[in-house]
Amino acid sequence: MDILNAFVAFLNFVFVPGLAYGAQLALGALGVTLIYGILRFSNFAHGDTMAFGTMVTILFTWWFQSIGLTAGVIPTAMLALPIGIAVTSALVLTTDRMVYRFYRRQKATPTILVIVSMGVMFVMNGIVRLIIGVDDQNFADGGKFLVSAGDFKAATGLKEGLAIKGSQAVTVITAFIVVAALFWFLQKTRTGKSMRAFSDNEDLALLSGINPDRVVQVTWIIAAALATIAGVLYGLDKSFRPFTYFQLLLPIFAAAIVGGLGSPLGAIAGGFVIAFSEVMVTYAWKKVVTYLVPESLAPDGLLQLMATDYKFAVSFAILILVLIFMPTGLFKGKSY
Amino acid sequence: MKKLLLATAATALMAGAASAEEVKVGVLLGFTGPLETTVPGMAAGAELAIKEVSDSGKFMGGSTVAPVRGDTTCVDAAAAQSAAERLVTSEKVAGIVGGDCSGVTGAVLQNVARPNGVGMISPSATSPALSTAEDDGLFFRTAPSDARQGEIMADILSERGVKEVAVTYTNNDYGKGMADAFAAAYAAKGGKVTLAAPHEDGKADYSAEVGALASAGGEALVVAGYVDQGGKGMIQASVDSGAFSTFFLPDGMFGESLVQAIGEPLNGSYGSVPGTDSPGNAKFLEIAKAAGFDGSTAYSGESYDAAALMLLSMEAAKSTAGKDWTAKVMDIANAPGEPVYPGELGKALELIAAGTDIDYVGATAVEMIGAGESAGNFREYEVKDGKLETVKYR
Repeated sequence: MDILNAFVAFLNFVFVPGLAYGAQLALGALGVTLIYGILRFSNFAHGDTMAFGTMVTILFTWWFQSIGLTAGVIPTAMLALPIGIAVTSALVLTTDRMVYRFYRRQKATPTILVIVSMGVMFVMNGIVRLIIGVDDQNFADGGKFLVSAGDFKAATGLKEGLAIKGSQAVTVITAFIVVAALFWFLQKTRTGKSMRAFSDNEDLALLSGINPDRVVQVTWIIAAALATIAGVLYGLDKSFRPFTYFQLLLPIFAAAIVGGLGSPLGAIAGGFVIAFSEVMVTYAWKKVVTYLVPESLAPDGLLQLMATDYKFAVSFAILILVLIFMPTGLFKGKSY
Repeated sequence: MKKLLLATAATALMAGAASAEEVKVGVLLGFTGPLETTVPGMAAGAELAIKEVSDSGKFMGGSTVAPVRGDTTCVDAAAAQSAAERLVTSEKVAGIVGGDCSGVTGAVLQNVARPNGVGMISPSATSPALSTAEDDGLFFRTAPSDARQGEIMADILSERGVKEVAVTYTNNDYGKGMADAFAAAYAAKGGKVTLAAPHEDGKADYSAEVGALASAGGEALVVAGYVDQGGKGMIQASVDSGAFSTFFLPDGMFGESLVQAIGEPLNGSYGSVPGTDSPGNAKFLEIAKAAGFDGSTAYSGESYDAAALMLLSMEAAKSTAGKDWTAKVMDIANAPGEPVYPGELGKALELIAAGTDIDYVGATAVEMIGAGESAGNFREYEVKDGKLETVKYR
């Protein structure tokens, strides 16, 4: 019984939040890693691309809600998501045409492109703040809980409750579908194969007749879609605020680098590694341990390695450790 | 020649008028700076009391009282001190109503009031540090110290039989001060704070903070935060994960918007917020309206009370010297005695002159405790069926 309570407390406060957060990070890191693999630079504007896509989705969600178009237990935002992806794709394609293409023709080094992406980041940052403002926006609707803590306690008779929010369930399911679709696309379709070829060896790919402009466009569209989906899922689960999305850049890059930049599989693994490390290092284990050990050994302290304020320090620390000891990441990414 | 005589006579007359004593009272508030929108209401409150006493003709055997304004700027201690110096040395004020912000008030107290032996009554400085500042008995305040709400919170929780709570506070001076004051007061009442953890405002996700608090446990979660900021996020995350179901909501968390955002799970939570049901407040609003200003603005009533207390104490001491009248403030402010409400200052002066003990209630039900600061009045409220209902006043 006590082992069960400990297990449920662990699920409720560590596993479920970590899983949802990890899925959101993984989707964000996938976008970063694709841009890095194919366009060969670290896109610092990715966080603000997420914010832009989420903003468009929120605006359409509000419009759908106002005309009474909802999807029952599924959040209305999922209906507005395709529109958000379309608008964000248009934005990043325009940005590529107006900004990045110029530097690509110049054969600019990745360092210059990184700085350029920072400029793009500030512009997108401004656009989002101009349109929707800097405040918190709440756009979640649909079923609030898949399992609520109270119901779970009543049903099982355990002392600990387990809550699974609707948004967490939607996040994990959506992330699973998106990742499966992306891998199928990269492995099985012609365009996907040409993208991988372009990523592996640009000169060889060009020699074999792959159209580089098309590869670049498809990459941007996929990155925009991933950014928008990740942003909307994060916003549904937590809340939307432009500044938070800007801050998400750190854990997302940490995830991509830990997994190995340029490796899609690595991005997913990295997302979960970062998310679970953040949650587990800052969680106070007292409750779980008290259930597991005999009463005489029950801990007095909180058994918390780090205060929750230092959450970001965890991503930083992992980032540095990986860069020192495993510069190419867990899945042998690239480095330009 | 005739003209010269007339002029001489006029000069003599004027000099005579000046020697029939005119008492000056300094009104030292932040007329410019961060509080410039609030201060006009405060100055109007203080000057209303001064005018009422002056017009009654019963003050110190017929003396008049005139206010002299000085600007603290609220933030610049040097500017506040020079304004206070001017009031004390060139205007020769008998006492100072002010300052307004805690930092400048402390500076003026130490560098101007104490060296010159001038008494001060602040209507709005709420820092707990002023409770223990060296003041030679010259400093009082009609606003409660921030620490006072911590005691009220501890009272409410122990009366409800809550023995263990977790505390989360917004990571700034307000939150930290309140959490510390509460922890000390609660421990004195035999309660136990399992964990006091800060939260940052403006984050998207508070589940990690709630996880730590849940692990520490407690019958309720005390949220010393802001209603539209991290405080709301902490409550939402606690409700979502089932970590806590009862919340204590101090003044920063008092608001309809919280009830709307959280909804049904908030029912049964309770808290405290400054407030009074004393008839004095209504009377003050009335006379303020008649005088042409809005008495409901922040600290306007406290300012009226500060000025009134000062002048009544001078009457009781029959002296305008700082060390004389400051000795009488506690007697005038506290029971026993005839209660005095706003608009009755003339009557109060008569009573004092007749030797009757009075208890100044004023606009804010002033009750001086400790080193001469208002005990404050708090409203205990509870969330019932989505409404904020008053339980009682304390």
